[in-house]
Amino acid sequence: MSDAAPLLAVRGLNAWYGESHALHGVDLEVFPGETVTLLGRNGVGKTTTLRAIIGLIRQRTGQIFFDDKDLMRLPLHRTAHQGIGLVPEERGIFATLTVDENLVLPPIVAEGGMSVEEIFELFPNLKERRNSPGTRLSGGEQQMLAIARMLRTGVKMLLLDEPTEGLAPVIVQRIGDLLATMKKRGMTILLVEQNFRFASRVTDRFYLMEHGKVVAGFPVGELPDRMTLLHEVLGV
Amino acid sequence: MAELSLRETRAKSSVWLEWTLVGLGILTLLVAPFFVYPIFLMKMLCFALFACAFNLLLGYTGLLSFGHATFFGGAAYFTAYAVKVWGWPPEAGILLGALGAALLGLVMGFFAIRRQGIYFAMITLALSQMFFFFCVQAPFTGGEDGIQGVPRGKLLGMLDLNVSINIYYFVLAVFLIGVFAIWRIINSPFGMILRSIRENESRAISLGYSVANYKLAAFVMSATLAGLAGALKAIVFQFATLTDVTWQMSGEVILMTLLGGIGTMVGPIIGASLVVGLENTLATSSFPVTIATGLTFMVCVLVFRRGIVGEVYARFLGPKGDAKD
Amino acid sequence: MKCWVYDGAMTMIFGIPVQAFLGQLLVGLINGSFYAMLSLGLAVIFGLLRVINFAHGALYMLGAFIGYLLLTRFGIGYWPALILSPLIVGGFGVVVERLALSRLYDIDPLYGLLFTFGLALVLEGVFRYYYGVSGSPYSVPPLLSGGTNLGFMFLPNYRGWVVVASMIVCFGTWALIEKTRLGSYLRAATENPGLVQAFGVNVPLLLTLTYGLGAALAGLAGVLAAPIYQVSPLMGSDLIIVVFAVVVVGGMGSILGAIVTGYMLGLAEGLTKVFYPEASNLVVFVIMAIVLLVRPAGLFGRDA
Repeated sequence: MSDAAPLLAVRGLNAWYGESHALHGVDLEVFPGETVTLLGRNGVGKTTTLRAIIGLIRQRTGQIFFDDKDLMRLPLHRTAHQGIGLVPEERGIFATLTVDENLVLPPIVAEGGMSVEEIFELFPNLKERRNSPGTRLSGGEQQMLAIARMLRTGVKMLLLDEPTEGLAPVIVQRIGDLLATMKKRGMTILLVEQNFRFASRVTDRFYLMEHGKVVAGFPVGELPDRMTLLHEVLGV
Repeated sequence: MAELSLRETRAKSSVWLEWTLVGLGILTLLVAPFFVYPIFLMKMLCFALFACAFNLLLGYTGLLSFGHATFFGGAAYFTAYAVKVWGWPPEAGILLGALGAALLGLVMGFFAIRRQGIYFAMITLALSQMFFFFCVQAPFTGGEDGIQGVPRGKLLGMLDLNVSINIYYFVLAVFLIGVFAIWRIINSPFGMILRSIRENESRAISLGYSVANYKLAAFVMSATLAGLAGALKAIVFQFATLTDVTWQMSGEVILMTLLGGIGTMVGPIIGASLVVGLENTLATSSFPVTIATGLTFMVCVLVFRRGIVGEVYARFLGPKGDAKD
Repeated sequence: MKCWVYDGAMTMIFGIPVQAFLGQLLVGLINGSFYAMLSLGLAVIFGLLRVINFAHGALYMLGAFIGYLLLTRFGIGYWPALILSPLIVGGFGVVVERLALSRLYDIDPLYGLLFTFGLALVLEGVFRYYYGVSGSPYSVPPLLSGGTNLGFMFLPNYRGWVVVASMIVCFGTWALIEKTRLGSYLRAATENPGLVQAFGVNVPLLLTLTYGLGAALAGLAGVLAAPIYQVSPLMGSDLIIVVFAVVVVGGMGSILGAIVTGYMLGLAEGLTKVFYPEASNLVVFVIMAIVLLVRPAGLFGRDA
């Protein structure tokens, strides 16, 4: 793995919300085809890291290279076209758009994405409700839609922010299967997740964040040895 | 710690500076009629009071009224009518004007505070346009001609206001009383609550303040003082016309406040002086006033949002004032 | 023009001759057409840009004046002007958005209102300076001159055309926003501009185009209005305030709401002219006040 170049390389990333300094030099790398999970307590800057990478937070310094391209210089709407997409924590399903419209909203940025038909095959209940407003869907369906619409765009990498938050176990299970399918298709994923058990099922590696910084990184196999550290940092 | 005390001395020195400037300002106004046309100065003072009253609402409560001409012009009508038709003495006429404006403010405020922000502005504008149409048609306003030839009369039956120096000092006194009242309101506990509403309305609600009542009270106070200015103007110029109730007049007072500095005590006074001065200058040229006003608006909004006084505070006196940005 | 006679005894409705009644209703419908077109543009612009476009009336006036100037200076008639004038006004809107409004999105929306207020004053001032306050007539295009006797009333053809055209414009804009892909971008960006841009949609461009579209709509309304009302520098400023009241009544949450409210208030105004002409100027504002009491968010408003 280490002989390949990272798909996403973040170095010394700082970010601010107005006056408040939220990220204090985040370093992380994600290699092609990998699933990597950011762990940490609430408020340590996991969501902020994702939002700063994609460029939703403009008050940022440091380096972000994606596929060897410098994301820091790009305007927000050019970033997705490099092949990176965000599924935000609040899911971002639009109430004034139908399910169909929500699905085709993100522009196609590269070849190799799934077609609408393929997506409907994967998510039959979305097809059934394709003409109803997006926010009429259940929480689980909304999360499916939020992920599904990014699969259509042909992005190489997804930033997934707490996809299982507030969902029933059976839905969480389905999302886990979905991530596995995506991984098989070669998707690279940077995941933020509170559900530790879910994460350890889908991830290759972990990064541990504290106070706006990455403080440790280890593969999923080292998990048993790291439990003391995790207890300390996460309080789980 | 060192930084803190430094800031304290700085604040203290700026307070001293402010009082010195206020003293100098009053002194200037006391001697000004010997150098400048009193009628021009009085116009300036009326508009300055109008702008200060407006700023009480915009600068310290965060409500943009686009209908303040109603209070200014409405009060002018009430005063002019009472003094001319009923033969009331000027002080009673002015009082009636201010009270009438308060009543109008109560009505307009009652409707307008039901919405916030941009809707508030549109509602006040629409209601004020309604008042304008009312004034066009109502018999007592004299329609297009307005009420002309209002006698200045004798103040308290003694001081002849037809003597220009007498009326000037009367206007100055009313102006100073009005501005002092605004200053007191702003620096009272009531004013503090208004400011906290401006900063964060939902927080003020959650703290248990009945925000609607505070807003309405601020609206009525602002309307009353704007009415005082309009009433004064009717006595000074001896007429009341439709011009003072148009939406352009509402726009003008916004410009004065914006140009001088929203949320500063002195800003509206300076802004009003500049706008009145500019209009007087342009009156003799062929350049249309509306273009100048419009351009000033655009420039202020784009590059100069703190206004003149706000910029001065920001650059020379450190963070002070409540310039809204 | 009103020399035609309805045969026999006059038919009355509530003690009002039927022709007068229908005539005023038509005037109301015409006014309502313009309210609808303008409040529609305001709602579209506000939805995405969070700017209340005070210059909307001035852009309407600009549209009418460009039509007038095209005719008097270049001999370009009504029909080409119906296309050209909105394009020019829309282009002007694009420039205004790029140079100025785009700098105001991050601050209190009141500044957008104040800026466009200034812009309206400048536009109005410029045309007043060159053309005075008295209106200039713009004649009805030959194709639409004359009128049609509908049996129950006489309908000037041009007025009929304006009603039809405004409905086409309103429906077209509604369909553009509700039924097309571009419209879905617009709706989504109204809800969450940041996320839509993060998806790779050029939202800044969308904002520019939206203001351009809104301005073009106002310009189009201006050309349509030119033969009915005279072309005058002041034609926009009085109208815009009524349109603001319309927008308060309708609430700006819904495109359809803006359209329906526009027509309704126009008709209400027409009816008032029949029964109590003195109040016809006031009725829209009175309705606004009542709506504020009963339903502060507006008839179609979503924001409480």
